[in-house]
Amino acid sequence: MASIKFTLNGKAQTVDASPEMPLLWVLRDVLGMTGTKYGCGIAQCGACTVHLDGSAIRSCQTAIDKVTGKHITTIEGLSADASHPVQQAWIELDVPQCGYCQSGQIMTASALLAKNSKPSDADIDEVMRGNICRCGTYQSIRKAIHLAAELKAKGARA
Amino acid sequence: MSTSTIRQTEITNVSRRGFFGVAGGLILGFALPKNGSAQQVGIPPPTIFAPPPTGKPMSYIHIAPDDSITFWITKSEMGQGPTTACSQMLAEELECDWSKVRAQVAPVDPASFGHQTTVGSQAIRTTWVPLRTAGAQAREMLVQAAAQRWSVPASQCKAENGFVINNSTNAKVSYGNLAEDAGKLPVPAQVKLKDAKDYKIIGKPLKRLDTRAKVTGQAQFGLDARPEGMLYAVMTQCPVFGGKVASFDGSKAKAVAGVKDVVQTSRGVAVVADGTWAAMQGRKLLIVQWDEGAGANVSSASIRQMFVDRTKEPGGTARKEGDASAGLAKAAKKIDAVYEVPYLAHAAMEPMNCTVHAKGDTAEAWIPTQSPTTARAVIAQALNLAPEKVNVHTTFIGGGFGRRGEGELDFVLNAAEVSKAMKAPVMVVWSREDDMQHDYYRPASYVELSGGVDAEGWPSVISANICCPSFGQIRDGVDSTGVSGIANIPYSMPDISVTWREGKTIVPVSYWRAPGNNQNVYFSECFFDELCALGGKDPLEARRHLLSKDPKNARALNVLNIAAERAGYGKKLPAGHFHGIALHAGAINAQVAEISITKGKLKVHKVTCAFDCGTIINPGILRQQVEGAIVFGLAAATKGEITLEKGRVVQGNFNNYDVTRMDESPEIDSFIVDSKENPVGAGESCNPTVLPAVVNAIYAATKKRVRRLPIRTMSLA
Repeated sequence: MASIKFTLNGKAQTVDASPEMPLLWVLRDVLGMTGTKYGCGIAQCGACTVHLDGSAIRSCQTAIDKVTGKHITTIEGLSADASHPVQQAWIELDVPQCGYCQSGQIMTASALLAKNSKPSDADIDEVMRGNICRCGTYQSIRKAIHLAAELKAKGARA
Repeated sequence: MSTSTIRQTEITNVSRRGFFGVAGGLILGFALPKNGSAQQVGIPPPTIFAPPPTGKPMSYIHIAPDDSITFWITKSEMGQGPTTACSQMLAEELECDWSKVRAQVAPVDPASFGHQTTVGSQAIRTTWVPLRTAGAQAREMLVQAAAQRWSVPASQCKAENGFVINNSTNAKVSYGNLAEDAGKLPVPAQVKLKDAKDYKIIGKPLKRLDTRAKVTGQAQFGLDARPEGMLYAVMTQCPVFGGKVASFDGSKAKAVAGVKDVVQTSRGVAVVADGTWAAMQGRKLLIVQWDEGAGANVSSASIRQMFVDRTKEPGGTARKEGDASAGLAKAAKKIDAVYEVPYLAHAAMEPMNCTVHAKGDTAEAWIPTQSPTTARAVIAQALNLAPEKVNVHTTFIGGGFGRRGEGELDFVLNAAEVSKAMKAPVMVVWSREDDMQHDYYRPASYVELSGGVDAEGWPSVISANICCPSFGQIRDGVDSTGVSGIANIPYSMPDISVTWREGKTIVPVSYWRAPGNNQNVYFSECFFDELCALGGKDPLEARRHLLSKDPKNARALNVLNIAAERAGYGKKLPAGHFHGIALHAGAINAQVAEISITKGKLKVHKVTCAFDCGTIINPGILRQQVEGAIVFGLAAATKGEITLEKGRVVQGNFNNYDVTRMDESPEIDSFIVDSKENPVGAGESCNPTVLPAVVNAIYAATKKRVRRLPIRTMSLA
């Protein structure tokens, strides 16, 4: 058992957990933040994606002691009111079906847009191929990422 | 109606108790008409449950004093959209304000709702008449209540956007104000449903009611249940199908920090802990001796050989037109082919799970299930309780595809047994590997086909002898699901024979999105393509020719023509691109796949789909279903294969059972035919068709026939 300090969605957080426990289970079972999903446990599906210092990571493969001192953002912290451009685009285009993978899709897409303000289809393929959606919302996700890039550009100009 | 006016509302699940607890709320219950089941069109889905009882209330409309309206939806929400679409049907006739509508998944209540299950793409077609009727009955009761208040005849009043208006005085009163009085009135026996031309909500691309919850992480799936004091359990089940626990030693597992106990259940051994991670760590140290049983000798190769041997024996007759033997003997040209498909896992994104709190005299459960009534019965039986003592919360479902529907609901049983042993609320969490290696699979299937063409080159005879495991119901020697999609081949040919025989194995099988059709449409549409080539006919032209002879194929012919036209079939394509076409007449959709093959690597660039599913409730949700089904079908075409060695499933996770990903997902052009026919299912209509469309395009590109799926197992170079 170790006491681990990090920043979670902008607030200081301390958890007592086995140092090797993956961040995914700390979030879901210790902290009760269930927006981040378990899908495969081996970084193959992307359902557990969160941001570590702004980069998309798979929380199922990130031991909690590696998070010490870092900034973690989860779907619950992406915005307070679904106002992030990616969430707005997802709402505008009604992207989700079952919705189980969508937290991870949104976290991967928002990290992509933070680094690449106007991703091409090839950029989207490269980054988003790590996130599985069994409902097959890929075409909507692609459109929504392009829309989110537009919304973000408009927001930046405003 | 502008879509921008629609308030995004959360969909939550409420218990009956919690619902009645709403202060000032009022329940209006509506008896359903005797003709409660909508007409079915196309292939009947697998019927494994009784239709809802007619003449009993099936859905409730709750109108609160603040004019908010809550619809109880009796269908499970697994992405296919019934919480929105069923609400649209209710709201259309109720004449309410859509921006005030909330939807909630209904509690289990057979007396009100019949057998609640969401299978066979029946959510819309079975509620089409009952829900509109319930909405119309409520509207008339509200009008009657207002008329009485104003002491005028009801004919002098009209309902509009959540108000009843007095036509003479223009006075108006809101539904919330009228609801209590309206609820005391008798339910009208006869109501007139609207003409389609007057629809304001049905057929409109309204936003889904569940989107906001699903983009903020707030949607509650099965794995998100967190009742007070809940423990987490993971199961170890015998890796060999049919095997049992001989003995186990849980001492090392119990030594893991956080592990509370190790308990045996009817299906294996559960490690129970204060968190999922601790339970998984404990399971690694759990020692179980298995009695593997006879299943340990079974492999994919032995199953295939059994299919081959069985197919030498006569089967039950599923279809007989003319005389196929004579037809083959007199055919101008003929061809034989063997087609086969492997077992497939459902691989829903949310692994199997269930949370049960066995409280002694009662129980409470949180279940991501397509069949909450059956799930309740499973828990009741395991806990020796009457079903009504079990309060089931049907959660959002992270993908169903048939796995969470009617059947043994093993994951529900797990949780009931472990909660009973622990005397605490317990969530049983299946790992991805558990989910993939203990599925109820899409059965493998094997078919020997012979066919021929006449002197003019038109396909004239098909003989298909199928062997596959049964889905559970065999009548007159035939499992109708096992032949669905080939026994009903739509083309007018003088001689058709389809036979079926069971290939019984230890592998548990069940329904998987479009059961039967997801293998047989591949068999029939690819072999038909072979006959077209044999006779020197264009695949589109031959289909048109042999469909047009039978007027009942009019809608199928229509979607075929639309798909071909929209895709530019027969026109010049970019260099290296090829088209393949396929028709799924039973679900009235046709698809054209545009592919290329570079250095042996297949790329599906675009799929064009034309689909006729009758009246459209929500075109946006329908488009989602078309696109999603095509992506799902592509995974089966190109990648999916579950194999067995020594009675064990070899694959365990997405690293060796991969599915369609973003970069492999084609552009999808979907066209939905505008129709006034009764609505039919949409969720399972379009995944079978994409398999033959792609495989037929591969033939166009390479002159190679892919007769065994997945495509990746064959060299295309």
